[in-house]
Amino acid sequence: MVKQVKQLDRVTIRFAGDSGDGMQLTGDRFTQETASFGNDLSTLPNFPAEIRAPAGTLPGVSSFQVHFADHDILTPGDQPDVLVAMNPAALKANVGDLAKGAAVIVDTHDFTARNLAKAGYGHNPLEADDLDEYAVHPVDLTGMTVEAVKDFGLSRKDAARAKNMFALGLLSWMYGRPTETTTAFLERRFAKAAQVRDANIAAFRAGWNFGETTEAFVVQYEIKPAPMVPGTYRNITGNMALSYGLVAASVQSDLPLFLGSYPITPASDILHELSRHKRFGVTTFQAEDEIAGIGAALGASFSGALGVTTTSGPGVALKSETIGLAVMTELPLIVIDVQRGGPSTGLPTKTEQADLLQAMFGRNGEAPVPIVAPQSPADCFDAAVEAVRIAVTYRTPVMLLSDGYLANGSEPWHIPEVADLPRIDADFATEPNHVAPGTGKAAGKDTREFWPFLRDEETLARPWAIPGTPGLEHRIGGLEKGDGHGNISYDPANHDLMVRTRQAKVDRIADTLPPLEVDDPSGKARVLALGWGSTYGPIGAACRQVRGAGFDVAQAHLRHLNPFPADLGDLLRRYEAVLVPEMNLGQLSLLLRAEYLVDVVGYNQVRGLPLRAAELAEAITGLIESTTHPASNGATRGARQEVTS
Amino acid sequence: MSTVELPLLGRPGTAGVPTADGPQNRKEYTSDQEVRWCPGCGDYAVLAAVQGFLPDLGLRRENIVFVSGIGCSSRFPYYLDTYGMHSIHGRAPAIATGIATAREELSVWVVTGDGDALSIGGNHLIHSLRRNVNMTILLFNNRIYGLTKGQYSPTSEIGKVTKSTPMGSLDQPFNPVSLALGAEATFVARTVDSDRKHLTEVLAAAAAHRGTSLVEIYQNCPIFNDGAFDALKGAKDSEAANAIIPLRHGEPIRFGVPGEDGLGTKGVARDRETGEIRVVDLGSAEGWSEADLVVHDAHAADPTTAFALSRLTDAGYLHQAPIGIFRQVERPTYDDQARAQLVTAAAANGSEQPLDKSSALAGLLHGGDTWTVV
Ligand SMILES: Cc1ncc(C[n+]2csc(CCOP(=O)(O)OP(=O)(O)O)c2C)c(N)n1
Ligand code: SF4
Ligand SMILES: [Mg+2]
Repeated sequence: MVKQVKQLDRVTIRFAGDSGDGMQLTGDRFTQETASFGNDLSTLPNFPAEIRAPAGTLPGVSSFQVHFADHDILTPGDQPDVLVAMNPAALKANVGDLAKGAAVIVDTHDFTARNLAKAGYGHNPLEADDLDEYAVHPVDLTGMTVEAVKDFGLSRKDAARAKNMFALGLLSWMYGRPTETTTAFLERRFAKAAQVRDANIAAFRAGWNFGETTEAFVVQYEIKPAPMVPGTYRNITGNMALSYGLVAASVQSDLPLFLGSYPITPASDILHELSRHKRFGVTTFQAEDEIAGIGAALGASFSGALGVTTTSGPGVALKSETIGLAVMTELPLIVIDVQRGGPSTGLPTKTEQADLLQAMFGRNGEAPVPIVAPQSPADCFDAAVEAVRIAVTYRTPVMLLSDGYLANGSEPWHIPEVADLPRIDADFATEPNHVAPGTGKAAGKDTREFWPFLRDEETLARPWAIPGTPGLEHRIGGLEKGDGHGNISYDPANHDLMVRTRQAKVDRIADTLPPLEVDDPSGKARVLALGWGSTYGPIGAACRQVRGAGFDVAQAHLRHLNPFPADLGDLLRRYEAVLVPEMNLGQLSLLLRAEYLVDVVGYNQVRGLPLRAAELAEAITGLIESTTHPASNGATRGARQEVTS
Repeated sequence: MSTVELPLLGRPGTAGVPTADGPQNRKEYTSDQEVRWCPGCGDYAVLAAVQGFLPDLGLRRENIVFVSGIGCSSRFPYYLDTYGMHSIHGRAPAIATGIATAREELSVWVVTGDGDALSIGGNHLIHSLRRNVNMTILLFNNRIYGLTKGQYSPTSEIGKVTKSTPMGSLDQPFNPVSLALGAEATFVARTVDSDRKHLTEVLAAAAAHRGTSLVEIYQNCPIFNDGAFDALKGAKDSEAANAIIPLRHGEPIRFGVPGEDGLGTKGVARDRETGEIRVVDLGSAEGWSEADLVVHDAHAADPTTAFALSRLTDAGYLHQAPIGIFRQVERPTYDDQARAQLVTAAAANGSEQPLDKSSALAGLLHGGDTWTVV
């Protein structure tokens, strides 16, 4: 039959099913196909904290959303245009997020009375008017899969498990995705189980063929490749990019990487990934707890390695005392916090940005720690390299704040040339650095000594003298030390000086930061949207929508949260209003107000999900309008101002 | 029990650490910092023994690292002119694990107290022991919290009256040797601050051991727990002879006030009925003779007997305790094996040449499914 082909500029698809249905894999494969086709894309996996919540229930639903387009895009999409629901629970859990008119492809096989009841449906939504707003395609995916693989001698149950590949085949046909990468992938993945391999490939092909032949689907869509800067690309998640960034920084600094870590969602994949790169001299130590993880990393740093620890918010809480020790001993150390919903155990698999103040202040005493944050999955690579640059140059622990969305979300990454990566110089001390004039009988005889706290004039960094270096034997520790010589000192004036010096050292990092980039295409914006971390995409997408509607808005994004870039204060004061969207209750807002006395406006959501661009666009527009007519909004301005969402 | 012959076994603890060019002396190991323990503190004696012992170890001074936690005893590294880190409460074994794993050519020492190692840092201690990271842990056991001015510790006897336990402490103490043996330790010894010779011998054996060596040092705190070990210290000679059960590998365990043959009149034997290890009186009506005594085997693969011996230590006020090396067995160390994995992984590219990290990095970054935009 003749199929229609429609052109689209962008589509958002969500695959949803039971945790055991292989939705993450399905989404991942679709993403790879889409990446190799050349669309720009952004993904959002969303899965329960339970490994296998009871089958068929709402808590057991796992989903994977992919947004792809013929132009550059910034977010995984607010509202799916297509939902693939493998069972009633998946339908129920996701249908509320859909755009009106969205296509809903459901596996009718699972819509039995029992499964409907498990999902909390008192009736069959496919037979009622629940889905009238959507274009529903009821398909017996399971039945057709079992039929397609019947020759491979699998049990009915195993045969049915290939239904995700059938669905993938169907969607691949609908959107004209290349299929070679998936076939090759299945061949690799099931190389040792020929039956399973053949069944999966057969199900995938059957899905494609079904689309081509059935009258149930009459339209095929075409989304042209997006124009991209020439170069080699791959699709990459944040955790993977972060791991590669650490390996790259290790190579670029000639420092062997030592990771001390304790498993925690959503950071564990960095531990897993780095464990695979021992040939680069990467040691991974799975410690008995969070404290031992950072302790061993700090020990490794003391001995001349690049010490790294990876965790999430609860782990940072446990590591705080050791981070303080690293501040005090002034040793390089990378602390990676892949933030998740909190407080306490919170929402382990969901995203949030509520550890900023913990990173900033969560230690006893005056213990300044530089903070950097990546803004997208691929950007985790550059953020890791930058964290290492700061840690090594300034001899300080550095906190890198990623989050659950960045960790598991993915996007195309323009792979850098190794030659273009910055070199990082460990600059180990090799010689005594102080001359002590002899006194008394030894008058006139100078001795050369090593002072571990004599600082570099420019950076205020102290020398990094590693064990094994003769003549530089010294002791460091958590007690306050005298300026320069570093021996224990309880002197009041010295303590005051040392506290201020440690702060000044961190402040000086700002001298090396590039000027902030402001995106204000018209140059006429009177409102600035300022964010940090993973909200970059939603803020950027929202700003585009606002501009598309004829308004002016500027966007800037902070890579460095401590210290702030030197030009941030001026930038804030240039705008009549500054909106600060965050996935917390206003942590950056608080810091900006305190630092610059600028009355920024918060836009705050803590739903465990990325901000939605459309809602944010409304908030920005509202702020623009109220700034143009300040009288109408006068009443709401004041302390802890917030645009509600 | 069969043991697997691994190439790493049998290497002394300091193999891989460069040795000094010539003889060294105590002064070289003494830092310029004023020692600040209370007068009479047992820590002085241990410091003196260590400063005397390190030159004999013959290693390059810059390759020695002392790491400590928090407590009176943990000030130790400041007084030694080696590399050192006075870290935070309880965490020294974790920090030392990083150092020892990252750098084979360092001799790594941990100094800790009974509170530091067994309360706040208990987790790190047991895990270091089971991993068998190559380092020596000196556990200064004064059975009290010294630095915080005298609260009871996890080794204090039940009923200990301190500022925090005016009606007496309630909790059963740890026996550090039993704990270490239960934690799969490969080297466990006990010694006493006042016995310089024994202390030095044990230090030498501990340093020679490849793996985690745990040395419990009974250390008197004259300020907050004075006399805790008096029974062992020959204040009254006969008391000390009856209190200390010396363990020497390959010898029958015999102690006590000497009899006519000049040897101790007590020994350790297995009860004829229960098979339990206990102290017996030689020549008593029960008819025990030298032939009945347990011959100490520190190298026994099975730790059961060593554990039984450790139980001869009084849990209450100390009237009796075995001293010496309870156990010394060989097992591959965590750090040797971790480094070996790096070597194996680097060699896996098949080439004899050392890995060119820059091109390997380019390969890593370009791995997976890539596409090119022209
Ligand atoms: C996190 C933390 N909690 C509490 C303390 C207080 N503190 C310091 S030393 C110590 C106990 C030390 O006892 P021990 O390890 O037996 O050492 P000693 O002083 O007896 O040698 C305590 C509780 C601390 N330094 N850090
Ligand atoms: S309080 Fe006790 S352990 Fe601490 S220095 Fe004084 S005597 Fe030694
Ligand atoms: Mg103590």
